[in-house]
Amino acid sequence: MRGDVFDPGSLQKQPGADRPGQVFFGLISLAVLAAFVMVGAVLWDVVQGSWDISTSRMWGFLTTSFVSNPDAAGVAQGIRGSLIIAGIVILTFPIGIGAAIYLEEYATDNWSTRLIQVTVRNLAGVPSIVYGLLGLAVFVQTLKGLTGGDSVISGALTLAILVLPIVIITSAEAIRAVPGSYRDGAYGLGATQWETIRTQVLPAALPGILTGTVLSIARALGEAAPLLVVGAAGFYTTGNNDFLEQMRGAFTALPMNIATFTKEPAAIWRGHAAAASLVLLVLVFLINLVAIIGRARIAKRLGR
Amino acid sequence: MSVTEYEALPDVPDFIEDDSGSSAAASVFSLTDLNVYYAENRAVADVNLEVKEREITAFIGPSGCGKSTVLRCFNRMNDLIPIARVEGSVRYHGVDLYAPEVDPVAVRRRIGMVFQKPNPFPKSIFDNVAYGPRVGGMKGNMEDIVEKSLRRAGLWDEVKDRLDESALGMSGGQQQRLCIARAIAVNPDVLLMDEPCSALDPIATGRIEELMKEIQNDYTIVIVTHNMQQAARVSDRTAFFTAELDERGDRRGRLVEFDETSTIFSNPADERTEAYVTGRFG
Ligand SMILES: Nc1ncnc2c1ncn2[C@@H]1O[C@H](COP(=O)(O)OP(=O)(O)O)[C@@H](O)[C@H]1O
Ligand SMILES: [Mg+2]
Repeated sequence: MRGDVFDPGSLQKQPGADRPGQVFFGLISLAVLAAFVMVGAVLWDVVQGSWDISTSRMWGFLTTSFVSNPDAAGVAQGIRGSLIIAGIVILTFPIGIGAAIYLEEYATDNWSTRLIQVTVRNLAGVPSIVYGLLGLAVFVQTLKGLTGGDSVISGALTLAILVLPIVIITSAEAIRAVPGSYRDGAYGLGATQWETIRTQVLPAALPGILTGTVLSIARALGEAAPLLVVGAAGFYTTGNNDFLEQMRGAFTALPMNIATFTKEPAAIWRGHAAAASLVLLVLVFLINLVAIIGRARIAKRLGR
Repeated sequence: MSVTEYEALPDVPDFIEDDSGSSAAASVFSLTDLNVYYAENRAVADVNLEVKEREITAFIGPSGCGKSTVLRCFNRMNDLIPIARVEGSVRYHGVDLYAPEVDPVAVRRRIGMVFQKPNPFPKSIFDNVAYGPRVGGMKGNMEDIVEKSLRRAGLWDEVKDRLDESALGMSGGQQQRLCIARAIAVNPDVLLMDEPCSALDPIATGRIEELMKEIQNDYTIVIVTHNMQQAARVSDRTAFFTAELDERGDRRGRLVEFDETSTIFSNPADERTEAYVTGRFG
């Protein structure tokens, strides 16, 4: 019992009652707007800069190699290198996902496990050029017999190590977010630990793992600094090398192309840099698209 | 025994020759000097009790007194809590469940569990029920197994036309009956239920209680409940636990009294039991 007489007016909306909420909403709206403007500016810059090439000879740009004649030069070698890098990086994802499963599901929670977790987190923050130095020492020099030295294999493995901590962290977080009740339910029905992981934990964590892996591919495709250190070329000439020889020979990738075009003194090459950037953006976008579709299908199967 | 009457107090048939302990019914579980620790904290101390075959045994008592902890010893679910440690013996048909050669996975296939919060998997209704038989490598027609289990759990008519739909779209009561069907599907010997109705409304609760009565001829059931009327309505025997503060100030669960449900509710031997069942607990 409140004891006071009910005043109908007390239920009416008071102007300014939710001022802090409105201010907050205004601020986040501005933040969203700023993000859109920045993304828009980047897109505009790239699209506008590459307009001449896109409208006149996009196909040729995609399918020809770098040549010194600006009207004929293309990024076929860069696309090829970037695709090979994406493929090799994807091949190493099971290592990262496996490490995450081990850390979350098998390792007992003691000081050495925590040390590993902290280390992985720190590795995710190491500047990419440092990974380039690691790649140079390990893949280019020590393992030259396998990788062929400054080859696309060395570059891709370096980038795979660069993104490994990201894959581990995002996968571990996705696994940790799986409700314990799924595990209890499975164990309670007589599932083994591996059956529980395979049939409950991984399917439920898969959307989160996919997000992490896509971010990792995007990161790997955008890096130029480590490739520079392991000896990627801006362009190169191949004779009639077969596939295996090319994997172990000179290589380039889209970020390297962009850097090379930008360094050329003649202004006409700016357009090539913009067009190569556009190609890289589209490539990352396509990979994202595949992941989004994959996520949606998994989510549908899980009934959410 | 009627399955639709819910009186405030039990209408449990007299156990004419049964003088608890010297009973004819075989023991499914016997706990001897059971102690369970979470790290250094002894959560349950010196529990001794027998669970009889084809009976419903209820665990009652205030929360935190260790009912769930004891229940999880029956199918070794405590193994999943790294800091939990079990001392004393837990015998199932005479076999020490904590003996080193015992496989907890095999234990859980015989001794099923239904949890406090309905926890259907994010899969179809069919796949939920089929999950246990599949991981257990059960032979036979999966459709038959699923239908039989759902019928057993009184859910078939409600879901037979939407077996392919996600189980997450069912009501809470349906989800819990699905979890019972899922547990039944692996053909267990015992069903452990940890407050299976605490998240459900009275109507859904009534259906689960009916279901327990219907299946009790085929399964030994141990149910944890903090609803005394529920224990009185469904169980044959009741164990009353309580928590007392130990020398370190931690709460330690103890079994106060274990007897036929009618005795616990009408003529308990311990005054703490009487205070609890008459609502004067304090
Ligand atoms: N996973 C756990 N880790 C640590 N302590 C626990 C855990 N589960 C239960 N306990 C402790 O054990 C005691 C008994 O808990 P529980 O068996 O859940 O009681 P009840 O089911 O009777 O409410 C409580 O004091 C609780 O804090
Ligand atoms: Mg409990």
